[in-house]
Amino acid sequence: MSNSASFFTDFQATDLLFLGEAAGRTLGISLVSISIGTALGIFFGWSLQASKWFAQATIGTVLDAFRSVPLIIQLILFYNFFPIIGWKMGPFAAGAFVLSIYTAALVANVVRGGIEAVGEPMRRAARSLGMSYWQDLRYVVWPIGLRAVFPSWVGVALSVIKDSALVSVLGYMELLRASQILITRTQEPFIILACAGAFYFALSYPLSKYSQKLEESWTS
Amino acid sequence: MIEIKQLHKYFGALHVLQGIDLNVSKGEVLSIIGSSGSGKSTLLYCINGLEDIQQGEVLVDGTTVHDQKTNINKLRQKLGMVFQQWNSFPHLTALENVALAPKIVKNFSRDQAKSIAEKQLKHVGLGDKLDAYPSALSGGQQQRLAIARALAMEPEYMLFDEATSALDPELVGEVLDTMRLLADEGMTMICVTHEMGFSRDVSDRVAYFHQGVMEEVGPPEQIFSAPQSVHTQKFLANVR
Repeated sequence: MSNSASFFTDFQATDLLFLGEAAGRTLGISLVSISIGTALGIFFGWSLQASKWFAQATIGTVLDAFRSVPLIIQLILFYNFFPIIGWKMGPFAAGAFVLSIYTAALVANVVRGGIEAVGEPMRRAARSLGMSYWQDLRYVVWPIGLRAVFPSWVGVALSVIKDSALVSVLGYMELLRASQILITRTQEPFIILACAGAFYFALSYPLSKYSQKLEESWTS
Repeated sequence: MIEIKQLHKYFGALHVLQGIDLNVSKGEVLSIIGSSGSGKSTLLYCINGLEDIQQGEVLVDGTTVHDQKTNINKLRQKLGMVFQQWNSFPHLTALENVALAPKIVKNFSRDQAKSIAEKQLKHVGLGDKLDAYPSALSGGQQQRLAIARALAMEPEYMLFDEATSALDPELVGEVLDTMRLLADEGMTMICVTHEMGFSRDVSDRVAYFHQGVMEEVGPPEQIFSAPQSVHTQKFLANVR
């Protein structure tokens, strides 16, 4: 039924499709990790800023570890650690888990910086108008802090897209893993890595372009 | 009426307010003068609960400010405050700056909040700057914006913490004029200030603070022409 032999000769198109699918997985695991990591990171960053001593001793220490240990070591350690404690996790789940915490560790620092950028006098002014603590956070600290650290957050997101390549060591069929397989079969590393690079670029460029637009609209 | 009774405030080991007793009645304009570090700004922060206190009591219309049971957010609506650094919200236009608190704190509708904001911006002479962002306004305009923002909550008292100290000299006048306007309209005001001319002309009473102690309080004629305390005499001799 499927005529794989004839497709094999016309390998460029199908291989691109194969890479495209893998790029979709890279995008998927990146989106999941960036979303969860950012949500957690906002909470952690706020905790670190709001209760300096306690949160620093607990969350801060854990996040420091995640920030300091190479991602590839974290991935292998956790992937092998989960089955020991009886959690069945595939490469995607384990990869997304580690990438999310890693993202959260980076975002937490960005968020803390954002809150600190707003400054105590501004927050007192908001409170003096009768705003509650949460209203001050939502309507004053959030929009002002966001504008201050948005470029840093974009930097984190872009690096997570690229770092997701490391999930290939768990056997997850994302862009880099797919490229390696194609290289083994075709012995054309230059063309295939160039294609993979182009896919990474295609994933990252819209984000950095969109963020630029957003920043421009804020400064006007 | 604002009543301050035997108020003590420490920053760590530093005793910044050492037993202040002071009443400010409705409609009164009180100026507080004194050198830096005398505790006068801290007193303002204690009145609206932005600083806690270690001893004594502050009452606003009979409500204890530092009581855990007091709804401090509700109470602060009565107490407008203007800071040395104007702290305008940089991401909002002048109109949005002023409309924000009425909208979210008082739950006014968009239109209601907008019309209040418009009214107060016109009140302080910024009727032509409604859609300007703070970055496009001068320091004096931003400080008037801050005054409008406080007034939009329809406070019964206004606290001014060195409202003109951070301004370029040529911009001080427009802010003082706005403060004069409020005083003429009968607003109750406590003004921590270094503007001796303003405190002499506008205040009903002037208080002189020295190292955490209120050394002297009385009508401006008395404080400026016949100060009783040695410290007041020295201070006034130096600022003149």
